[in-house]
Amino acid sequence: MQGYLSLWDEYGGQMMSAFWGNLQLTFWAAIGSLVLGTILALMRISPVPSFRAFGTSYVNIFRNTPLTIIMTFGVLVLFGVFKVQFSSDFNLNFFQIAIVGLTIYHSAFVCEAIRSGVNTVPLGQAEAARAIGLSFLPAARMIILPQAFRGAIAPLGNVLIALIKNTTVAVAGSVAEISGLMKTMLEFRADVGILIFLTIAVFFVIVVIPVGVLTTYLSKKLAVAR
Amino acid sequence: MKVSESVLFDAPGPKARRRVVIVNIIGLLIALALVYYLYKVMNDAGQLAPEKWAVFGKGSIWENYLIPGLLNTLRAAAVAIVTSMLFGFIFGIGRLSTNKVINWISSIVVEFFRAVPVLLMMIFLWIILARSGIVAPSDAPFVAVVVGLTLYNGSVVAELIRSGVFGLPKGQREAGIAIGLTRGQSLRNIEIPQALIAMLPALIGQFVVILKDSALGYIINFNELLFNGKLIGTGNANVLQALVVVAVIFILINFGLSKLATVVAGRLSSRGISAGKPLDPAVPVVVADLNTTVPGGNPKG
Repeated sequence: MQGYLSLWDEYGGQMMSAFWGNLQLTFWAAIGSLVLGTILALMRISPVPSFRAFGTSYVNIFRNTPLTIIMTFGVLVLFGVFKVQFSSDFNLNFFQIAIVGLTIYHSAFVCEAIRSGVNTVPLGQAEAARAIGLSFLPAARMIILPQAFRGAIAPLGNVLIALIKNTTVAVAGSVAEISGLMKTMLEFRADVGILIFLTIAVFFVIVVIPVGVLTTYLSKKLAVAR
Repeated sequence: MKVSESVLFDAPGPKARRRVVIVNIIGLLIALALVYYLYKVMNDAGQLAPEKWAVFGKGSIWENYLIPGLLNTLRAAAVAIVTSMLFGFIFGIGRLSTNKVINWISSIVVEFFRAVPVLLMMIFLWIILARSGIVAPSDAPFVAVVVGLTLYNGSVVAELIRSGVFGLPKGQREAGIAIGLTRGQSLRNIEIPQALIAMLPALIGQFVVILKDSALGYIINFNELLFNGKLIGTGNANVLQALVVVAVIFILINFGLSKLATVVAGRLSSRGISAGKPLDPAVPVVVADLNTTVPGGNPKG
């Protein structure tokens, strides 16, 4: 007990700021991948074959690439080879590269989630949209996507949960976040190793479980009554 | 899926076809511009130099790095697939159990390991195993990767089994009880086999997740494909090329597995088993491979 309390004295602040980093990564990458994923989903259902082909290849490539490779690519190639500098601040730069990597990877899953939402929209809705003379984009914007988003809340929630957990992989992109800190803590305080793990695991449980409960609730509440 | 896609727009007439051609051309021009930009950036950085790529034509690179790395990746994934299935069976049945205590414990285990990042488990196991001497320090990364993958993916499999059993018609269990089977016998002999068949596409999708996540071993010094790829990259000053080759290998294997999942789902639905049906859309089950859980289902649900 004494050892565990001293752990908080020693690392408490660092744990909070590292986990705050994970939450910030989640926030920006969630916004980024929602935007990019929606565009990709639109491309995949559009009447233009080349857009469809692009959307399909994007999803097939990035859904099947390990996130670890994307993160490593960010730090070793984007930064190491091409000297990409989003920011003059060293740490902020890695942080932003990690956001880009997380966005690229999770957009593929957001795209598929929205597409599965499009599948919940009954044929009649699209037919009605066409019947009143709407062309593809207005029909998508006013009729299909609003219903598709409501049908896609549960899978989108799954993607968000995956994203929260995947921010730990940013450690491969040289970002100061919680899994890197946990490694340091385990190396210095092996005496309370299991408590370190459980503490940090609980951080994630506290964030992930409410997100799951909330999206389940929302997906039922906002489901289009049919 | 095809149905809902094609109904979003009319079959294009002559005017629309012309417009599609124009948009296609614009899209092609943008793509060409992007490819040229990429080419220029890579060329300026000297990344297209033939010697950076030619390394991968050498047998020794494959013999000493890529193939051993790939074998380690596949070994870890294969072991993790077997152990996750076992873990998933035990806790899936546990969650279906009518015994309150077993049910409770299984629920906590499954929910906990689904909520904790795999990487955290791997790092923790790696350091603890190496320090405590339970396994040889050189084996610690492999064991940590396999156990970490098992705990997470096993929990997902447990959820798949549970939702698969819940999705079966009630008559199945009632028939089992009617012919005098106990609850457990009816689960094992009647319900789970059917649930497994229905969940097969989602299970294969989970294998893709296992294979992909085995690359996390790179972070804990497990000498798998990505780890060895980086060694090539630092040794030959061609990190970009090495990572691209490694990524392509991963994509090909995973793409093949995903295709298999789609084919299996198609076979099953032609036999009248809907793989999408047992999933309550409101219950988050499959985190990563969303596509395989909704294989070509009729949009009119």
